[in-house]
Amino acid sequence: MSSRCRVELVALVTAMALIASGCDRERRAYHQAPEGTNPGPALTDFQPGSPQPKVASAIGQQYQQNAYHITQGGRLYRWFNCNGCHNNGGGGIGPALMDDQWRYGGSIDQIHSSIIEGRPNGMPAWHGKLTDMQAWQIAAYVRAMSGNVSKAAAPSRREGLAATPPFTQVPEQPPRGSEASAQSPPPQ
Amino acid sequence: MPCNQRTTAAVLAAALFFLPEGHTAPPAPRDGDWPMATLDYANTRYSPLTQVDARNVSSLKVEFTFSTGVARGQEAAPIIVGDTMYIVTPFPNVVYALDLSRPGAPTKWKYESRPRPPAQGVACCDVVNRGVVFWEGRIIFNTLDGRTIALDANDGKRLWETQLADINIGETITMAPMVVKGKVLVGNSGGEFGVRGWLVALDAKTGKTAWKAWSTGPDSDVLIGPAFKPYYASERGKDLGKTTWPPDAWKIGGGTVWGWISYDPKLDLIYYGTGNAGPWNAEQRPGDNKWTAGMFARDPDDGQARWFYQFSPHDLFDYDAINESVLVDLNINGQLRPVIVRPERNGYLYVMDRATGQLLSADAFVPVNAIDRVDLKTGRPHWNTEKQPSSGKVTRQICPAAPGAKDWNPSAWSPQTGLLYVPHNNLCMDWQPNEVNYIAGTPYVGADAVYYAGPGGNRGLFTAWDPVARKAAWQIREDLPVWSGTLTTAGGLVFYGTMDGWFKAVDARSGKLLWQFKTDSGIIGQPVSYRGPDGRQYIAVLSGIGGWPGAVVVNNLDTRDATAAAGWGSALPDLKDRTTAGGTLYVFSLPR
Repeated sequence: MSSRCRVELVALVTAMALIASGCDRERRAYHQAPEGTNPGPALTDFQPGSPQPKVASAIGQQYQQNAYHITQGGRLYRWFNCNGCHNNGGGGIGPALMDDQWRYGGSIDQIHSSIIEGRPNGMPAWHGKLTDMQAWQIAAYVRAMSGNVSKAAAPSRREGLAATPPFTQVPEQPPRGSEASAQSPPPQ
Repeated sequence: MPCNQRTTAAVLAAALFFLPEGHTAPPAPRDGDWPMATLDYANTRYSPLTQVDARNVSSLKVEFTFSTGVARGQEAAPIIVGDTMYIVTPFPNVVYALDLSRPGAPTKWKYESRPRPPAQGVACCDVVNRGVVFWEGRIIFNTLDGRTIALDANDGKRLWETQLADINIGETITMAPMVVKGKVLVGNSGGEFGVRGWLVALDAKTGKTAWKAWSTGPDSDVLIGPAFKPYYASERGKDLGKTTWPPDAWKIGGGTVWGWISYDPKLDLIYYGTGNAGPWNAEQRPGDNKWTAGMFARDPDDGQARWFYQFSPHDLFDYDAINESVLVDLNINGQLRPVIVRPERNGYLYVMDRATGQLLSADAFVPVNAIDRVDLKTGRPHWNTEKQPSSGKVTRQICPAAPGAKDWNPSAWSPQTGLLYVPHNNLCMDWQPNEVNYIAGTPYVGADAVYYAGPGGNRGLFTAWDPVARKAAWQIREDLPVWSGTLTTAGGLVFYGTMDGWFKAVDARSGKLLWQFKTDSGIIGQPVSYRGPDGRQYIAVLSGIGGWPGAVVVNNLDTRDATAAAGWGSALPDLKDRTTAGGTLYVFSLPR
């Protein structure tokens, strides 16, 4: 068979296959890789097979290194009644935020996600009530409660009654467990 | 003659047909039963049983235990009718019927009410439930997500269910319902969420609403009509539930009904209190804020109000008035009067005429500096201006603290001693109001609070109060706040529990400790006593730390924040070391 003939045959078979596929039902993508590079914050570091590095979003890093955003977060934390359930970080109706235990993860992405999406046992979903920036600011403030923001950026005094030590004196308590495999992007 | 099945069926059908409605011989509570959390309509919690007494109580032993399967605050009273005990767990509100006629009291049936999980996020003070009520063969109870459910007491099958509260606006239900004249009385919780309080009467047979009385708003909503005759002038006027508030603030002003109801069959009146005004920051609601932090007397048939008295007008410090009204007849100044005895959250113990609402006496039963005195002529408390809170400023050493001289946990009254046995707190606080926004379904509080032990350094007290002599007969200092209910018996005993798990029996006359048993968790439940199917006297209590202060343990709070649990962080930094979560029923009896 000449090479030209082979090309024609391949084209014919391809055309027939295309025609035939036009008669098929909708094709279902069972084996396609998920689209996009950021799958969103996982709530657990448990995954099937060998661990894959999780990449925390760079945007969260910017918020937790910025004094203005953390301070704004403190104002919004009260403005949106977060303190009604979590008080000044010790918790109450909702869990404590100043310790190292996190039901749904203590990275800033995970906290942002908990604020926006809510959690099933009582945390309301703030989607539509807060702007995305406000949610990041509150998340950064919440991280400050457990000493997980830049000490240089943490506010030295807080809103309301002085119920806890100043943020600048809170020992850093990295979230236990959930963030163990998360890789933060290098500082910019 | 051999039994003919068809004939038997026909006779049975005929018998059922000819029995008039309501006379199908439902099991009725007997002497020795405990059919409702309060035991009786008068809220005495006085058991007439005498087998266990001051001489033999020291040999009290555990007869059996039962795990509720829920390690949260167990505030419920076990309910006993005939050979069955009924208990309801905290969220997820499972009801168990235990067969007392068999060894070890195995489960007869259980009913899972499956409340919606997000209800937990709008329950201010742990996901508690204060008990079921038995009425004409039915078990009736409330769920955290705002339903009232009636079950067949024999098999646990659901008879009816009515959705009453809406968690999306912060409403829950935690109170034990009471049935008066065929009507189930149910009120809402959510005073920390800007809800508007109400009491609803449901037809106990169908679950249909008979009437609904709001705690704020226009007279038509509050069921105030021509029959309303309050004793004091400050409770008189048109639409005070609206005009004593800034515009529209009454719609989110609290006055929830989550405590105890009493009923006087002779006067045919029900009595119940209304919760704190919302938000806690009083500067956002100038005015008396009627009809919060007070109590109503109503006609149970149509709900129409007869009188109202406000214990804490313009409530400054979360002084809910939902505590029990104990109905007794007392000899006051040589005259036998039908009275209400009421230990209030604001630190005063009130004796009132229950026909009119007139104050006969009001005495501080703990050190109080928030209110200087109560004027018996006008009925008004005099708030101490030095403790007047203002936004952005810390006011220190306010006594009593927000959880009050006494919170929800009920007292008991013994006709033998003429004493009211009051389980309560000895707490003061620092308080700073802040402006707060109303966002439906989120807390509407607006104050940072920090509680700590009052004078003497002990955080709890157990007081036997003589309402005629107007003073304590004896008092027990407890290190931790006393958050359990009380039981008194004709055997001359008083029972209560502590937050570190001790269940105690003391002498009703002297307060002397006669017996104690360490349970597996802190006790915040309501002890009861009953006569078992075997004729013996039993004492039962649920153990399981939780509730508002116990959230420190069950929600694993971080007490480095003094305001954790809205102020308990500073008061209970040691609680996690003193007790662990639990949920166990303990039943005690004398050795056979």
